[in-house]
Amino acid sequence: MEMTGAQIIVEMLKDEGVTTIFGYPGAANAPIYDVLSKSGIRHILTRHEQGAAHAASGYARVTGKVGVCMATSGPGATNLITGIATAYMDSIPIVAITGQVSTEMIGRDVFQEVDITGATEPFCKHNYLVKNINKLAEIIREAFYIASTGRPGPVLIDIPIDIQTKTVEYIQPGKPEIRGYKPTYKGHSLQVKRIIESIHQAKRPLICAGGGVITSGASTELIKIAETLNIPVVTTLMGIGAIPANHPLCLGMLGSHGVYAANQAVTKSDLLIIMGARAGDRATGNTDKFAKHAKIVHIDIDPAEIGKNLGTDIPIVGDVKTILKYLIEQMNINKEEVDAVRQEWIDTVTQWKNRKNAEDLYNISTDSPYVNPKYVLKVLSDITNGNAIVTTEVGQNQIWAANHYCTVHPRSFISSGGLGTMGYGLPAAIGAKVGSPDSLVIAIVGDGSFQMSMQELGTMKQWDIDLKIILLNNKHLGMVREVQKLRYGKNYFAVTLDGSPDFVKLADAYGIPAKRITCNTQVKEALNAALEHKGSYLLEFMIDPEESTL
Amino acid sequence: MAKHTLSVLVENHAGVLSRVAGLFSRRGFNIDSLAVGVTEDPNVSRMTIVVDGDDYIVEQVTKQLNKLIDVIKIKQLDESDSVSRELALIKVNANPTTRSDIINIVNIFRANIVDVSKNTLTIEMTGSADKISAFEEMLKQFGIKEIVRTGMIAIERGNRIIKANNNNEDI
Repeated sequence: MEMTGAQIIVEMLKDEGVTTIFGYPGAANAPIYDVLSKSGIRHILTRHEQGAAHAASGYARVTGKVGVCMATSGPGATNLITGIATAYMDSIPIVAITGQVSTEMIGRDVFQEVDITGATEPFCKHNYLVKNINKLAEIIREAFYIASTGRPGPVLIDIPIDIQTKTVEYIQPGKPEIRGYKPTYKGHSLQVKRIIESIHQAKRPLICAGGGVITSGASTELIKIAETLNIPVVTTLMGIGAIPANHPLCLGMLGSHGVYAANQAVTKSDLLIIMGARAGDRATGNTDKFAKHAKIVHIDIDPAEIGKNLGTDIPIVGDVKTILKYLIEQMNINKEEVDAVRQEWIDTVTQWKNRKNAEDLYNISTDSPYVNPKYVLKVLSDITNGNAIVTTEVGQNQIWAANHYCTVHPRSFISSGGLGTMGYGLPAAIGAKVGSPDSLVIAIVGDGSFQMSMQELGTMKQWDIDLKIILLNNKHLGMVREVQKLRYGKNYFAVTLDGSPDFVKLADAYGIPAKRITCNTQVKEALNAALEHKGSYLLEFMIDPEESTL
Repeated sequence: MAKHTLSVLVENHAGVLSRVAGLFSRRGFNIDSLAVGVTEDPNVSRMTIVVDGDDYIVEQVTKQLNKLIDVIKIKQLDESDSVSRELALIKVNANPTTRSDIINIVNIFRANIVDVSKNTLTIEMTGSADKISAFEEMLKQFGIKEIVRTGMIAIERGNRIIKANNNNEDI
């Protein structure tokens, strides 16, 4: 059938099962929008292209499907960049479709022209500039395939406007065959044998679960292995939710912003099994000192991650779920024997876990004009029982949420890990809610990062996307302020956020009910009321700027 | 640091060279030379990249290159088991008194004179990087006006071949 390029694009999106697009129209993608209007695909107009990219990422993280965002050429495309880089660092499958100026005008610096494939090349899994309409359908097929397979990541397709308007005979493309792209799923069986031997020899084994466990859907296998072999588990920031935070074997997050028990366990372990994590610097700190007594097993689907940051004794390339399933088959365990051997180690890590007194951590003094944010997150956990999707911004709010909100299910803790992108949490929550409309979606935000994306309140309103926003307001860029306090002799500079709006009034201006809480005793009631409220709600908690991250 | 020669088969289309070159700069790898040209299959180009670095660097370069969708295959060539060549064009000062000396040197090195003018000679020289450097050294006394070098290309000795669609590398 004869079709225009724009029709082919929309046809292929439907063919790929796309039901929702987050985007922003402009001159260079107008033909696509014209077809999109009659396509049945839901289009969520954001207030900034960056919001569209982050929303696509939130959608992808909750659903496991490819998130799609769209923007026009030039500034539309460059506004996507932070979202694309964020998705790249966290291995999130998104396809970004940008309009481009007409093929014959490329390179002449015409209105709204920018080399977006060149610009995004360093932080895209792959990208395309479509120059031949005959290749268009095939390219879209490839883009979805590349984004979603192997180690997932963002793929950008830049489509000049003349390609969108030209017509050609549409032939539905088959399964892509890319000779330079053959991800390995099945791990090497010999290496799995070596892992099993190491586990038998180890006295203090430890599992480090990363985002790859969640991406590959390997939580069940991870928990089964941990329980059967009685091995404690630490998670990276991206791995939060891989194992329930309240599981007796879960020690919490490791790293520079991690918890004592997790870091202590890493230091003292004699076997560290890293699953689907890239051993990033915030997780390992100084790699010379990291797990220095441990034999390192590293399981990852991306061979380039193995040995990049950390020396590895047993590398194994493949999909975490596939490998763990095989490992479970191969295990030959006398449960009683294993438990007896492990008891001492389990007792030790449990002591570390219980070191911090909960009453200190969640102290709720009544004479302070501030609320304890850790207590807020603790209460939130108690109310939701982990049956919510939580997104965070970046900064203190993120670490408080990571360490004090009890995430129980995979794909329910959504946070910018690798890039640390402020302004991610709110649009990601929008994407999450669209992807999982029946879930309670809560965005934990700080007053700094919230102001980077708060225009998306309009998106929430326009598309009836019900979110609960927990704004932890300390009137400062809290984490930077803390760095200045500890490392720069309290030389506080450029960290106060004077001039911020009255957030309750701001929410009200968007027609979103809101309430400000200044006292610990009001926390429980306020959270209950907000969560029970039908529709969006913003709760602002006033936080002491001196409140520490850890 | 040691030099390593990588033969890299890539899809022959626009933008691939910039992806490869960009990868080297952003990951902090040093390229000694990079030469690229089309192969017997017009859809495939072959790059010969000489990398400066230790085994860790070469492993990282190989793994990161492999992640590029347009990279089809990579092989590190063993110096003793491959033939490598570079082409240089050298324009050197020549007057009636020095010309015959230069021609002698050119003959000894089995180079070719490809252009003559009243006060210059342009010489084409093929060989290993070492040989070209030695030749350059000999010509310095006459005054080198210009040098253009292609960067090294290399191929394995004997029956081994590197093909895009073939995992069996022996014929």
